[in-house]
Parts: sequence; C-alpha cells; structure tokens
Amino acid sequence: MKKALMPFFMVAVLALIPYVGVRYAGLGYLFGIVLPYTAMTVLICGFIFRMADWMRRPVPFCIPTTCGQEKSLDWIKQDKLESPSSFLYAAARVLSEVFFFRSLFRNTRSELHKGSNLTYGSNKWLWLGGLAFHWSLLVIMLRHARFFFIMVPDALQYLDDADRFLDVTLPAFYMTDALVLAAVTFLVLRRIRDARMRVISLPSDFFPLFLILAIILLGISMRYVTKVDVMPVKALMLNLLNFSFEPPGEIGTLFYVHLFLICVLAIYFPFSKLMHMGGIFLSPTRNQCNNSRAKRHRNPWNSDIKFRTYAEYEDDYRDKMKKAKLPVEKQ
Amino acid sequence: MSKYAPKVSELKKEFDEKPSILKGHYLDKDWWDIPVEFREGNWCFPAKPEVLESLGFANPRKWAATDLDWKLPSGWEKTISEGLKSRLKKYRSLKLFLDTCVRCGACADKCHFFLGTGDPKNMPVVRAELIRSVYRNDFPLAEKILKGFSGSRKLTAEVIKEWHMYFNQCTECRRCSVFCPFGIDTAEITMLARELLNLIGVNNNWILEPVSNCNRTGNHLGIEPHTFVQNIESLAEDIEDLTGVKVEPTFNRKGAEVLFITPSGDVFGDPGVYTMMGYMLLFHHIGLDYTISTYASEGGNFGMFTSNDMMKKLNAKMYHEAKRLGVKWILGGECGHMWRVVHQYMDTMNGPADFLEQPVSPITGTKFTNAASTKMVHIAEFTADLIHHKKLKLDPTRNDHLRTTFHDSCNIARGMGMFDEPRYVLQSVCKSFHEMPENTIREQTFCCGSGSGLNTEEYMDIRMRGGLPRANAVKHVKEKHTVNSLVTICAIDRASLPTLMKYWVPGVSVYGLHELVGNALVMQGEKKRTEDLRENPMAGFEDGEEDDD
Repeated sequence: MKKALMPFFMVAVLALIPYVGVRYAGLGYLFGIVLPYTAMTVLICGFIFRMADWMRRPVPFCIPTTCGQEKSLDWIKQDKLESPSSFLYAAARVLSEVFFFRSLFRNTRSELHKGSNLTYGSNKWLWLGGLAFHWSLLVIMLRHARFFFIMVPDALQYLDDADRFLDVTLPAFYMTDALVLAAVTFLVLRRIRDARMRVISLPSDFFPLFLILAIILLGISMRYVTKVDVMPVKALMLNLLNFSFEPPGEIGTLFYVHLFLICVLAIYFPFSKLMHMGGIFLSPTRNQCNNSRAKRHRNPWNSDIKFRTYAEYEDDYRDKMKKAKLPVEKQ
Repeated sequence: MSKYAPKVSELKKEFDEKPSILKGHYLDKDWWDIPVEFREGNWCFPAKPEVLESLGFANPRKWAATDLDWKLPSGWEKTISEGLKSRLKKYRSLKLFLDTCVRCGACADKCHFFLGTGDPKNMPVVRAELIRSVYRNDFPLAEKILKGFSGSRKLTAEVIKEWHMYFNQCTECRRCSVFCPFGIDTAEITMLARELLNLIGVNNNWILEPVSNCNRTGNHLGIEPHTFVQNIESLAEDIEDLTGVKVEPTFNRKGAEVLFITPSGDVFGDPGVYTMMGYMLLFHHIGLDYTISTYASEGGNFGMFTSNDMMKKLNAKMYHEAKRLGVKWILGGECGHMWRVVHQYMDTMNGPADFLEQPVSPITGTKFTNAASTKMVHIAEFTADLIHHKKLKLDPTRNDHLRTTFHDSCNIARGMGMFDEPRYVLQSVCKSFHEMPENTIREQTFCCGSGSGLNTEEYMDIRMRGGLPRANAVKHVKEKHTVNSLVTICAIDRASLPTLMKYWVPGVSVYGLHELVGNALVMQGEKKRTEDLRENPMAGFEDGEEDDD
C-alpha cells in the first residue's frame, strides 16, 4: 500500500517539524504567530483566486444533467428539483447537494453474479460516512470559534451544549469527536479495502485524510488526555485576531503540532482537490436550469462556423432534384 | 454472430471465472501501469483519408489502432497541450471537472462499459484521470520531490493510445454524472477529449464518414435527394398496401406549417422505417400541414461525437432550411443525441430562431411554451398532447401481440428530462407495459452500449459488453412478465438494440414508439387490418375471425 504509506509518512514528518522546532529550537513565535498568519493568507487569497479563476471562464452551453421530468405539458408533473426550470429550484438543487449530498444518497452498488447477472443494491454508506465527516468537521470548527471570542456568543454555546449532550466523561465528551473519528476511519479504510477504491485512490487522496485524522487525534488528546491549559491558547488566538504580534505564552508542544498541521491543511487547501468545497456551487450540470428550449442560453464565444448552405446543396443536386420533381430555387 | 465478438457462452464464462475488480478482486498494479491492448473487436476503424480531406481534418493517412506507429503529425504533443489549454479557457465545465473530483468512487460502478468489461480504466473517475494525470503535470517541481503524489504523468504516444481506447469506450451517456456529488459529467470530458484527438488525426471512421456525408448530402447515410424521396415514397406505398390509406408526404415545400426532421436511420434502416411509417400515418390522421426536407434530412448529429464546432455546422441546416421554407415551427422525430443537441445546444449555437413562431399544435391549440425559444417540439410531446385531448382514434388492442417495456435513451433522459410523455403515449397505444427494474430506467437508464458513434460492426466485442446492463434488465422483464418488445425513442437504439437482444436476450424485438402508434391508429377509410406495420399478424385480428368493428 505504497499509495497510503507515502502520505502517512508525510504527515508524520510534518508533525515532527513543530515538535522539534518548538521544543528544541524555541521557535514558538514562528509556529505560533508567523505561520498561522501566512497560512490564513494563503488559504483566503488562494480560495478567492481559485473561485475567481473558475468563474471568469465562460459557461458556453446549458448542460444540466436532468435527473427528473422536465417542464413540458401542463398536465405532466415536473420534477422541479431534479429538472429545475427556475433559478430558485436550481439553487435548491445545488444547496441540497451542499447540505445533504443528495446525489450520493442515490448511490447503488453494482454486483456481478453467476450467469452474468447484474444487481444494483442500495448503498448509503458513502453518503452516511461523507455526511458524518463533513457535518462533524463543521460543528467542530464552529465549536473552536469559542477561542476567538472573549464572550462566547449564545448560538455557539448552544451548539457546544448540544454536542456535549451525552455527558459521560470529564471534560464532557463531544459526540462530533467520536463521529468524525469514525467517519475518517471509514473513509480511509474503504480506500484501502475496497478493490475499486484502491485502484482509483492516489496518495493525494490519503494525504488530507491523514492530515485531518492527525489534527483530530491531537485535539482529542489535548482535551481528554493531556488536558492542555486553554487560557494561554485563547490568549494567543485573541491576539492573532487582533493583529497583535505579542509572543505566545507557555503552551504545550502538542498544541503547536495541532496548530501547525492546521496551517499545513490551510496552505494545501487551495492547491488541491479540497477546493471541491467551492467548486460544488459552480457545477454547470447542477446549477443550471433545464429550460434551454424555452429561454436562449448565450455563449460569449459562439464560434463563427461556415456551414453548407441550401444554395450550395441545390447547385450540386439541381438536376437530380428536378428529375425527382423536387421544387428548386433556381432553374 | 459477428466475427468481432466472442460467443455468448465464452463471454459468460469469462464473467464467471475471470477475476475482476468488479467482483472485488484486487488489482496487482496501478491503472497507469496496465498496457493498452488493441485486439479484434475493441477498436473502430480509423477515418479514411478521403473523408478527412473532405472535412479539412488533420493528418489524413492509412493506419490502424493495432499499428505500433500511429503516424502522429510532428508536434502533436504541442497540438494536444495547447488544445487542452484553450479548451480549459473556453469551458468552465472542463476546468471544474478536472479540478474538483475527490475520487470518492460513487461513479465507479455506474458505467455500463465498466460493468461489461471489468476494466478499471472504464470507471468514469479513471476515464477522467486519463486526462487529469496529464493536466496535473503543471507542477513538475512538486512532482519531482513527491514522485507519484498526485498521480501525474507525461503526455506520450502511449497516453494517446489509451485516450483513443477509453474515450471510445464512453458513449457520453451521462449516467455517472447523475451519481456524482459534484455533477462531474464524463460526457463533457469525452466530447472535448475526442475534439483533441481529432486535432491529431486519431479518429473513428464510423463517426467521421457520416459527418462528411451529412455535410454534403444532408444526412449521415449520404443519400442524395432523389433517393431520399424515393425511399419515403416507397414507405408510403407499403402503408397503402397494409392499410389501404394513401399518405402523401411532401418534400422541400415552401409555406408548410411544420418542418419535420427525423434521423435518416428512420428513412432507411430496419426497424427505423416502421417508425417512419408510424409518423406518416399519424400526420395523415390529423391532417398536419407538414413537409420533409432533403437538405436538412438528418436529425442525428454525429458532429456531436466529433467536435462542438462540427456539431454546430451540421445542426445549422435545421434553422437555415426552416427559414428558407417559411415554416412556423419544427417538429423533431425520435432520436437520442439529436435531442441532446436540439434541447441543450441548438438555440445557443444556431439561434435565435426569431424567424419562427412559438410552436402551437394546430389540432389541439396547445402552446408549447417549453419550446418557446428553439421553436422545436419533440414528437412524443406532440403526440402525448394529441392523445390527452382525445384527438386520435386509437385501438390499443392492435398491439396485443406485443408485451412491451420502455428503454429510456440516455440523452433524452439525462440531457433533456423527458420521461413521462413517451410512457403516456406507449400506454395509450398498447395495453401491455412493464417497467424494467428502477435502477435501470429513467435517469438511471443504461445505454444500449453503442451510442455516440460506436455502432459499428468491428466494435462488436465492446458493444456487446457495454450493452450487458441494458440486456440484463430486459432479460429480467422477459422472464418475469414475458416481455417480447423493447420500445425506444432513439434511432441508434433501433439500430443497435436488435443486435444486442439477439446476443443476450433472444426473442425480444425492438420497436420505435411511433411504430406502435401507427399500429394502433384507426385511419379513416382504412381496410381491415390483420397485420402490423412489420407485416406480423396482430393477435385477435387474424383473417376470417369476427371483428368487433
């Protein structure tokens, strides 16, 4: 499993860098202040650049993938979401992909049986795993916002409380921690164990998974095992947010590794497949209306093509056409 | 059976015994290390030099896919990489689809060619990776340090061979795009890949010869105007023999209300001709003021399988002819990819059609607002509206000898979204109708395996494999509901499915929807009907039996 090992070691080596850097070289300022700013700048500028780079390219044709009945005769029921004819429904279609992974929900698993019989069973595991992974990450990120506020906003507090609903450990256990761990494990394992997934996976598919897994494990160990003192962390984050360049206080090395890997993820983000986060909104097969016969879609570079005109055609076949008693323009 | 396909028993044995990732066996190497092997039955004959010359296409020469040296033009690497770059600028779709794939694997087992071959490079994600791997080579430095990290590779002649093989094992059916969480459409990638390959003379004669014919004579088969007319007139004579009714189609007639355009396969191919007879009976039945053009005598558009510019060039004839004849609107026959072009491309490419009027059915007065801009209506919409308004005298018992199921054509399904109209028409003209399993119909329909210009004899091996999922679903309803008729609304289906059925599901015949309409229509002044349009006896109408009418 060369394809999985390379990124695994990459993440391991990356994790060692801040460990050595902070513990033995005293580079707390570099890893606590300089890198986070750099990473955030790369993430934000890179993300905007990539989105702009996509958006400046034209959409020459109206090519929605129609997954339901189009709008046609009055008495035929249109599938407004899967074959939208108005902007609102096209938007709803895209958002249903973003929030609920609608297309993945359709997923089936094809199997070839004896006697060359094919079957297609419902297969929602990828949908479930993907949904658990993305939603957990979102909730975890929102939970982390508490480090950036002196007074935690109510909405965030509610979210935090809800996530700790299963009050079983001390400090209280977050459900999303378990969910995201389970989901990442599933996403990694399927790439290794499933014959088809093994073929299509690249090292660059394992890398972000391992990176995120490492970040989560470090976070979990800081919270539940080493119980890092959060006050200096919060102070550092507030400082960063206020653009005050004061050196960070005493924080455990694990935190620096956690923060460093997040910075790596942020820097890697705009250059990688992780940009699917922005791309999903732009997909022309999902965000266009299926109304191309009712309303003309314009192509900004519509090629100027010379076609064979009727006159040229008649010139070539006039005699034959006349013999066949076809009307002609010129005698 | 064709010498280009294995015997059914051999293929079945291969499916049962050969290890494949489709059945969960692990592959012992990476996909990019698997060599490309051309053998009998898995490649299409390249375009003849004279065909390329007539089109002004690149690199006319004699060659074959099995040759070691494909005689690519000098500087072909530059042609491809610049061609790719310019297309990335012109198509947001291409750029996004190359950039956003996360290789989640949802599409992997959705392709009929993957299901029929078990070939890893037929998983849609890998098909796109064939291009992505070259496209990603933009960061050679990063790739040098982390060799293999992002799976990029150099563009070599071997890669071109791989492209040729696998972009011709995609029928642009868009099934993978239904399942992709980002809507990545392999059809879009294949279309542009074929454009690139055409730039260096890597091509398929079965696509380019029809393109050349269509440009010159107006239709794929290269039928000249007088022959075109003769053939339709002979169909009219067949109708008269069968029904006693004289239908009188007109050609190139100015001032007709409607211009009717259908794939030329309906005029010349069996069983398409019976569908053509169905149209003519229908138009006669309702007294439609229509004309057929010999110049725009092709609904299909193999330009779509060549390049977007060629698609535009061939399609331009429809509007050009409609304008010359001064018709009010255009009615289109049953065809798959023709309707992808008409529905999603025509108005953008060749419009605006401001010289036409918004289509209105002259019989029912229904305004086709969904075609307000293109001014082109699908015959199934048109007929469904007629039946809904009870304007047709139909006797569905005349189709009692047929037990039907309906095959959604890929392009009609996923590139247009027309599902219910043909079903409504079918159920109005035939009493026996059974759907195939739900994962094989409507937006999840399986291609016939021969679409997008692959319906050629020398490609039989791949076609029969690619058609397996469709055949399998037909077999299911044949066994469960004794279905014997597969009804379609696509000319390529009508041409290719009979072979597929003969191979996998003997005993099932292929019909066009309007052939069944033609069977069921009770025409004014008709003689007693005992046979359907194919001259097969109709159940319950045999000679000598008492008739209710």
